[in-house]
Amino acid sequence: MMMSPVISQEDIYRTLEQVMDPEIPVLSVIDLGMITDVEVTGPNSAHIKMVPTFAACPAISYIKDNIRTVVENALGIAVTVEIDKQVHWESNRMTAAAKEKLKNFGIAPPQTVEGEMQPEIMLNTPCPHCGSEHTYLRSPFGSTLCRAIHYCKSCGQVFEQFKPLE
Amino acid sequence: MINNAALTDLIVKMADDELIQGHRNSEWTGLGPMMEEDIAFSSMAQDKIGHAWALYRILHENLEGEDPDRFAFVRPESAFKCSHLVEMPNGAYDFSLIRHFLFDHAETVRYESLRDSSFEPFQQLSKKLKGELKYHTLHANAFIMQLSRANEESYARMQTALNETIALAAGIFEPAAVYEDLLIDEKVYPGEKELYHRWLDRIYPILVKASLNLPDMDSITPEFGGRKGFHTTHLGPLLKEMGEVFNLDTEASW
Repeated sequence: MMMSPVISQEDIYRTLEQVMDPEIPVLSVIDLGMITDVEVTGPNSAHIKMVPTFAACPAISYIKDNIRTVVENALGIAVTVEIDKQVHWESNRMTAAAKEKLKNFGIAPPQTVEGEMQPEIMLNTPCPHCGSEHTYLRSPFGSTLCRAIHYCKSCGQVFEQFKPLE
Repeated sequence: MINNAALTDLIVKMADDELIQGHRNSEWTGLGPMMEEDIAFSSMAQDKIGHAWALYRILHENLEGEDPDRFAFVRPESAFKCSHLVEMPNGAYDFSLIRHFLFDHAETVRYESLRDSSFEPFQQLSKKLKGELKYHTLHANAFIMQLSRANEESYARMQTALNETIALAAGIFEPAAVYEDLLIDEKVYPGEKELYHRWLDRIYPILVKASLNLPDMDSITPEFGGRKGFHTTHLGPLLKEMGEVFNLDTEASW
């Protein structure tokens, strides 16, 4: 007789590590701190809550569908995904490991926000290519809503940063 | 229990401002004076349309409003409650930049005030938008400062644009026709008059740093009317263009 597998919360979290952000493919939804709750609702079902990074993020329905299909296919259960309205995403939700991956990918990670965010936090953002802090903010808007453009005076390269957000 | 009609009136005017200003910002896509500005106005367009969508969704989910897409694209012009400021064509970059500066600071004080709103969805929304708006005003302040300090021509153009835009911007703070006191009493928001003063307190120090003179506010007549559905000749063509694709088939699932 086949025992039906019992899916645990940990199994789901582990699977979610495989769900990548479509715009930054080295970061998973776990790395980004987008998952706010995982609940095993029955032997073959689960409910996942998530938050978007930026309010108008165009990738959000894509990510939502992706979470559902990846977990459903990997674990063979039925999954519902809901946007969590009670939790507010801030860049401090991103894990330290995620920031390291981001830097290695060539995007400067967000600085840790302490208290109210001041625009000065964007000054002298370390360059992900050469590490120099001899940089300036060229535009608070980049190729996606969550990125800013900086310039490094040491290595002469333009680079992007995942913006800090409170 | 807060009056639904009063809440709806407030949400519609806020959302329509966001949608129309977002559309105007999007018209800079491909036309910005330099690449970073092209990207900045396009990104802010995306943010503002996102804010409009969030507000239309609050109407839909909490106040029995229509589907957000239909509400945005199928309404007649007279049902729009946006201010005249956002309806204006982009004009030269100086006008667009001053409008962005005046509008985004107004937006910031408005959403900040909603942190304490008695209407719970406003509290959530204001938390979400606070950090995003910081980037909009950071951008506006930086460019106002740079152009005002660059040379005589750019300084003169910024001052002229400010003089010509200020009455329109003051029109953002047109009180609701019947619901104003009710919304204030119910602590939904502090009211337009209060927001107007907070806005002046916010823009004044930046204008001083940029050596720009704020016109005498007692001598200007704010351009009201938008909140009551009376619009400039610029809104009609904008709505027609904005809804062009959606209206090809209003029943389609986009």
